[in-house]
Amino acid sequence: MSRAGTIARRSFLIGSAALLGGVAFGVYAAKRPFANPNLTGVSDGAVSFNPWVIVTPEKVVLIAPHGDKGQGIFSAQAALIAEELDIDPARAEVSFGVPDRAYYNRVIADAAVPIKSIDTGATAELLRDVMGGVAKLLLPMQITGGSTAIPDSYDKLRRAGAVARETLKRAAANRTGVAVGDLRSENGAVILPDGSTIPYTDLASDAARIEPVTDVTLRDPSEWRLLGKPMQRLDIVAKSTGTQAYGLDHALDGMLHATVRTNPRQGGELLGFDASAAKAMRGVHKVLEIPGGIAVVADNTWRAFQAAEAVNCDWGLAPYPAEQVDHWAEIEQSFTDDRLNAKPRDDGDVDTAEGAELRAEYRAPYVAHAPLEPLNATILVTDTRADIWTGHQIPGFAAQFVADITGIDRENVHLHNQFMGGSFGHRLEFDVIRQAAEIGRQMRGTPIKLTYRREEDVAHDYPRHITMGRGRGKTANGRVVALDLQLAAPSVIASQMGRMGLSVPGPDAQLHEGAWDNPYGNLAHQRVRSYRVPELAPVSSWRSVGAAPNGFIFDTLLDELIHQAGADPLEERLRLMDHDVSRKVLEAVGEMSSWGSPLPAGSGRGVAFVISFGVPVAEVVEVTQTESGIRLDKAWIAADVGRVIDPVNLQNLAQGGMIFGLGHAMNCEITYADGMAEQSNYDSHAGMRLYQCPTIEFRALENGPKIRGFGEPPVPPAAPALGNAIFAATGQRIRELPFNRHIDFV
Amino acid sequence: MKFTVNGTARQVDVEDDMPLLWILRDALGITGPKYGCGIAQCGACTVLMDGDAVRSCQITSDMLEGADITTIEGLGTPQALHAVQAAWIEHQVAQCGYCQSGQIVQAAALLARDPAPSDAAIDDEMSGNLCRCGTYPRIRAAIRTASRTLQEG
Repeated sequence: MSRAGTIARRSFLIGSAALLGGVAFGVYAAKRPFANPNLTGVSDGAVSFNPWVIVTPEKVVLIAPHGDKGQGIFSAQAALIAEELDIDPARAEVSFGVPDRAYYNRVIADAAVPIKSIDTGATAELLRDVMGGVAKLLLPMQITGGSTAIPDSYDKLRRAGAVARETLKRAAANRTGVAVGDLRSENGAVILPDGSTIPYTDLASDAARIEPVTDVTLRDPSEWRLLGKPMQRLDIVAKSTGTQAYGLDHALDGMLHATVRTNPRQGGELLGFDASAAKAMRGVHKVLEIPGGIAVVADNTWRAFQAAEAVNCDWGLAPYPAEQVDHWAEIEQSFTDDRLNAKPRDDGDVDTAEGAELRAEYRAPYVAHAPLEPLNATILVTDTRADIWTGHQIPGFAAQFVADITGIDRENVHLHNQFMGGSFGHRLEFDVIRQAAEIGRQMRGTPIKLTYRREEDVAHDYPRHITMGRGRGKTANGRVVALDLQLAAPSVIASQMGRMGLSVPGPDAQLHEGAWDNPYGNLAHQRVRSYRVPELAPVSSWRSVGAAPNGFIFDTLLDELIHQAGADPLEERLRLMDHDVSRKVLEAVGEMSSWGSPLPAGSGRGVAFVISFGVPVAEVVEVTQTESGIRLDKAWIAADVGRVIDPVNLQNLAQGGMIFGLGHAMNCEITYADGMAEQSNYDSHAGMRLYQCPTIEFRALENGPKIRGFGEPPVPPAAPALGNAIFAATGQRIRELPFNRHIDFV
Repeated sequence: MKFTVNGTARQVDVEDDMPLLWILRDALGITGPKYGCGIAQCGACTVLMDGDAVRSCQITSDMLEGADITTIEGLGTPQALHAVQAAWIEHQVAQCGYCQSGQIVQAAALLARDPAPSDAAIDDEMSGNLCRCGTYPRIRAAIRTASRTLQEG
């Protein structure tokens, strides 16, 4: 490993130190591309112009390195390449490719730049550019997360397609003697002036002998054939016919089935175990000790599950408070100067501003990711190589863990990334990878599929961090004049990256994301402070990370102040905004929802607005109080993503993200008793069910200056919009999630 | 234990309490039905048993003698789609897609019984099938489309 890489293993430098480092390393090194990983495996007569396009005499292969958790990025990546390559993506072979640093995420470090995500001024962009270069040098990470796949891919994949197209045209020009300028390309072929065609596949071997043409210009969006228009997802037929293979469906000849049980007090020890009953059960091959628990290997999944439950384990204590009340107690004690994480916003003077004061306290719980496909990995370790089939958001790191544990050189570890049955951040974790590698190491030569029982999956979900907010504010003359918010939570980034062997110096931006970066510049007196609670239960990134709890707390506090002022919730938010892109989003949702029109008694409307990952999102929820509880009637969502790649998929993400946010706000939390999660399955951590789902109308706006990802931004406004609607309908202000702690839902 | 899966006679020798889900997936290699919860809370493992939608994680082998099982694979194929599958494609319902085998089988059972279900009937029928991605609006729309297709014959 390079010296820079070694440094990165110890400390992933984020913040000012990294910016200085970027200058020291120099811009040139940061811009130099990594080698194309496809060149080693490419066959005679085939050509790979760059890491994303391979043309062989038989087929065109498009590499889509961002993992697909359901968000549709497999198709979107293919479409970005195909738009410039002039090919029908459905007629190409699309592959996740091999994990490689050539696929490092260029924009993942943007979130660490201490500048508002909506600030796209020259200085902000320069800092992001430097940060991207530093991240590439120190720790080039192929990662799908942070709603970055579209912004990371947008230019580079179109460019990859354009380079391939122009090189194929050059090869055709060399062969035919026709000037490049007289050639066109369409539908996977170069078109000659006489109308005859040469398929790209016929040009592969010619193109392999020339230098790629890199001087290309990307097409103006007005010329697009695919992008910006409704597309059929490449996986939609398979996913509608039961033929889509997920990691859990992978099978190898002679494969055995494993499951694990590790200490449900996460991170606690296995003090001892008795597997005599399990070993005697039908189909059980082995019971292995693994770090923190046991693994059972059997001839089918169910027998492995049954036997795992029959192992008598003696678990050690949890390395964090055993009872939930003590988690909250630690957080309550964290609003102190020595635990101050950051004061990212301090406008005007909240202390001397005059007005009627309001104080309130808010709580957002631990919440599980609980993707429907439980964690799994299929592995085959031999003396010389290891193959692992799994769906992962950081596949290169996963492969490195396999190498470290099995002793196989990294270049002989082959990770085959799989379609994922959801993730919501869960597949950023490595436990299942490490455990599969450990089992594979102990059973070399035998293919093993490791499947988590749902209960194991929930017990080791690494849920969303808990957060408490203490808010106050002032109102006068029918207006909100001051807002002062303190947020306290354990650092999700430190917890998560700690498990990757990385430390993160400096403040954690996720502790105030979704609150400080609001567009309410006309709220002259406002302050946001975040406090870092020492790690409690281990936590990890949950779809929208800090913006989910912080957005709930900030927007609910603002709503309370607006009601105290006697102002209209939508009009007052508009008045406070000084960001035109955001204002148009809020105006759109107001128009869509007929905001202000009368509702029957017992019904109410709530609006909420949160920016996350650079995307302003406004949501309105309409509810009715019935005899048996709150019913969600209708919902609306408007968002500005800068540019729409596929309106159909975007709508699906908008609706699904809002449902995800609403469902967890209604009824989901993880609580600890005796060091263990009290919830174990979907009976106790359900989310929304179909009958509870309101109609949801969506509008996408394209006024923002940059293209944005949309996997996460629909989530944060959902909880406050619902809470604000419940208040409007019932007069009951609920300051704690999930809402069903205080009110029933039908 | 003899039973039929997607029109093919099958015989397995397993414990009486082994669930159909794992017989299908691990013994027979039929992977359309998915494991999500194991306790009939998610519906990802839904199959038809003698025409009724059931959670295959709750059907044990001792209940299978002579049963006629249809999985998503037996409902239709990419080359010969069931009307419900065609509607699922038209509406691009799936995100991760992991629950959709169960959703589609459940919807097919509903429409076989009630070709023109009311909105309330759709809500009742489909609420045992969990979708973590939140594709519910599209599921409702696709069922209405499939209902029209089936009625038009």
